Amino acid sequence: MAEFLQGASVFVLAMVALGLARILRGPGDADRMMAAQLLGTGGIAALLLLGAASGVGGIVDVALTLALLAAFATIAFVKASVPGMSDDSGADRE
Amino acid sequence: MTSLLNVASVVAIVAGAGFFLAGTLGLLRFPDTFTRLHALTKADNLGLGLVVLGLLPHADGVVAGLKLVVVWLLVMLAGACASQMVARAARRRDLNR
Repeated sequence: MAEFLQGASVFVLAMVALGLARILRGPGDADRMMAAQLLGTGGIAALLLLGAASGVGGIVDVALTLALLAAFATIAFVKASVPGMSDDSGADRE
Repeated sequence: MTSLLNVASVVAIVAGAGFFLAGTLGLLRFPDTFTRLHALTKADNLGLGLVVLGLLPHADGVVAGLKLVVVWLLVMLAGACASQMVARAARRRDLNR
């Protein structure tokens, strides 16, 4: 069973690596950000599979952290790229 | 019983890996930003859900299993919000061009 889980983990990682080609081709920033989002989701799946294969429970915590970081990365991208959203406290400030 | 669970888990993980393949193909092959976003967010979250479902029989204890489910729920919540925000950013960019 452990070999199968490892193989599945490698397969998911290979899919993520293929998807990263979208970062090279673009064409827009949003497309590049989607490849990073794929890296988040696929990385979590690969980590969970690897954790079950090796029996190291702490890998699930790494996956949780990756889920949080991927969400923050996307929110930071949107706030930086949409005009007006980076300045959400503008109404209160003089 | 154990082998039956193993078969169920193999089926779920293979299906999940298939959805990751579909998500990557969609991201690479679909023609514009919004269709790519559609392929990526749905297929990958379902793939992760199937992988978690397949790993649940192997979790040692109820708490470890719940943690796996919590990871999936967090990714779904983050993915749903992120896809809306990326789509809005892409649409504003198109309108401003």
